[in-house]
Amino acid sequence: MDLENGLIVEDVYKSYGTKVVLDNLDLRVRNGEFCTLVGPSGCGKSTLLRLILGEEQPSAGRISLNGKLLGPPSVQRGIVFQRYSLFPHLSVADNVSLGLRLGNRVSAKEARAEAMQYLERMRLAEHAGKYPHQLSGGMQQRVAIAQSLIMKPEILLMDEPFGALDPDTREDMQLFLLELWEQEQMTLFFVTHDLGEAAFLGTRLLVLSQYYTDDRGDGDGINRGAKIVADHQLPRSPFGTGEKFSQGFGQLIDQIREEGFDPAYRQHARDFNLKHPDAFQTLTEMELRRGRESP
Amino acid sequence: MTNSSPRLFGIHAQPGKLLGWALAALPFLLALGLYLWASDIRHRDNPNDKLLPAPVQMAEAFDRMAFQQDRRTGTYPMAQDTISSLKRLLTGVTLAASAGLLLGLNMGLFPGMSATLSPFVTFLSMIPPLAILPILFISFGVDELAKVMLIFIGLFPLITRDIQLAVRKLPGEQITKALTLGASSLALAYRIVLPQILPRLIEAVRLSLGAAWLFLIAAEAIAADDGLGYRIFLVRRYLAMDVILPYVLWITLLGYGMDLLLRYLLRWGFPWYANREGE
Repeated sequence: MDLENGLIVEDVYKSYGTKVVLDNLDLRVRNGEFCTLVGPSGCGKSTLLRLILGEEQPSAGRISLNGKLLGPPSVQRGIVFQRYSLFPHLSVADNVSLGLRLGNRVSAKEARAEAMQYLERMRLAEHAGKYPHQLSGGMQQRVAIAQSLIMKPEILLMDEPFGALDPDTREDMQLFLLELWEQEQMTLFFVTHDLGEAAFLGTRLLVLSQYYTDDRGDGDGINRGAKIVADHQLPRSPFGTGEKFSQGFGQLIDQIREEGFDPAYRQHARDFNLKHPDAFQTLTEMELRRGRESP
Repeated sequence: MTNSSPRLFGIHAQPGKLLGWALAALPFLLALGLYLWASDIRHRDNPNDKLLPAPVQMAEAFDRMAFQQDRRTGTYPMAQDTISSLKRLLTGVTLAASAGLLLGLNMGLFPGMSATLSPFVTFLSMIPPLAILPILFISFGVDELAKVMLIFIGLFPLITRDIQLAVRKLPGEQITKALTLGASSLALAYRIVLPQILPRLIEAVRLSLGAAWLFLIAAEAIAADDGLGYRIFLVRRYLAMDVILPYVLWITLLGYGMDLLLRYLLRWGFPWYANREGE
C-alpha cells in the first residue's frame, strides 16, 4: 500500500490527566476500505474517533489523511453520529443541501437540486419538506448520511450510527449502507459495540482493547491504554443476512470476543493478530525489551 | 362496570373539556364574588366608600378615562397612557432582547467571549435595577431614555445568561457536524446556532415581561407626564380606587395578551421547536 494515502495513525497516545486511554496506537486504513472498529465499552473507541474527527488532538503522535495532518473538524471528514446529526430547525432538503450552501459554491437552486438527487437515492424524496422530528429514526440516519455524502468527504466516520434503531430497521440500514458503499467506493470508518454488525459490514475489522500485556509488566503502577489487539481482513460481504448464521461467522465472533473483550485473556503486544497487509505496529523499548522477541 | 378514570381527584383524573373550563373559571368567580360581597358591605355603611368601589363606580371611571376627551390636553387619557407605556416597554424589551441574543450567542459559542464577559454580566445581573433608578434619572434625565434604560438594564443580563445557557446546551455533535459541512465560525453562529436559539429567546422574553412591567411602572411612578404607572400613582392621592382597579386590570390584560401573542409566534414561527426530540 502506498505509504502516503489513506488514513495513517502513528504512535498516537491520548491521556486525560493521568489516565492513558490510547497507548502508542498505530493504524493504517487504505482508501475504499470499509473499516469497522469494536472494543469493550470504555476502551477508547469514541476517543479514537474523536481524534480522527479532530474534535480532540492526540497527546502525542500524528494522524494524517491522504498526506495531510489532521486538525479541527473540516470538510475532509464526514461524520454520522448516533443522534443529533441533523439540524432540527431545517427541513430534510435544507439539512442535506446545507453543506453546499455553507460553501457558497453553488446557487440555492443547484444545491437543492443536488440534495434532491441524494434524497432520491436514499429513498426519501417524498419527505424533503418535512422536519427531522417528523421522520423515523432510520430515515433520520439516512438523511444524516446523505448530508455527509453530499460533501464527498475523503473518509466517512460513523459513531454507532445504528445504535438507537430497532433491530429490523437496523438490518435494513446495514444492507443499505453496504449498497451505498459499493456504489460510492468510499472509505468508511465505522465504530460499533455490536460485534455481529462489525463483522457483517466491514472488509476490515479492528479490535481495540486494553486487555493485553507487554514487557512493562502487570504491576499496579502500569497505566496501560488501549491498543489495536487484532486486525481481521474480511471477505466482501455478500448482500444477504444468511452470512450471519454461518459457522465461520460465529467462530470469528468468538475469536474477537476472546481477543478483545475477555479481561482474563491477555495477549502479549508482540503476539497480536496483525496479519492484515495494512497492519503495522511499532512498540517502544519499554513495551518490548530487546532480546525478548517472540520465540 | 367499566374502566374509567376519576373526573377530579387523584393523579389519574381526566377532567374533560367542559369541566376543565368550569374548574378554570371557579377561582376567578370566587375572587369576584368575594370582592362584590365586601364592597357591598362597605357601601351599606357608607354609600360614598372609595376603598372598594362598586362595579358601577368603576364603569363610570373607566368611561371617563377611556372614552372622554381630556379637556385640557384634548386626548383620551387611557389611550394616551397605554401608548406611552407600551412604547417604553417595547423599546426596552426589544433592546434588551437584541443585546441579550447577540451577547448570549457569542458568549455561549466562543470560550474567549465567555471568559471575558461572563463574570461581568453575572455581576451586572445581581445589581437590583431599582436601586440604580436614581442614577438613571440623574444621568439620562427624566424623559423616556431613563425609563427605557431601566427596563433594558433589568432585563438584558437575564436574557443574556439564558441564551448563553441555551447555546451551551446545544449538542456538541451539531457543532462538529456543521464544521464538517464547511461552516465558518460566523456561519456557525448565525446560520446554525442563531435560528435554533430564536425560540428560546421568545421564551426568555415571555418570562421577563413581568419584570419589564414592574420596572416600567416603578419608573413612571417616580417621574413621568403620562403612562399607566404614572396615572395609577397620580390618582392614588385621591384614593381613586375606581380608576386604579380598572387600570390594574387593563395592565394585566395587556401583559396576558403579549404573552399569548408570543406563544402563538412560537408555535407558528417555529413548528420544529415544540416537537423536537430530546431535552
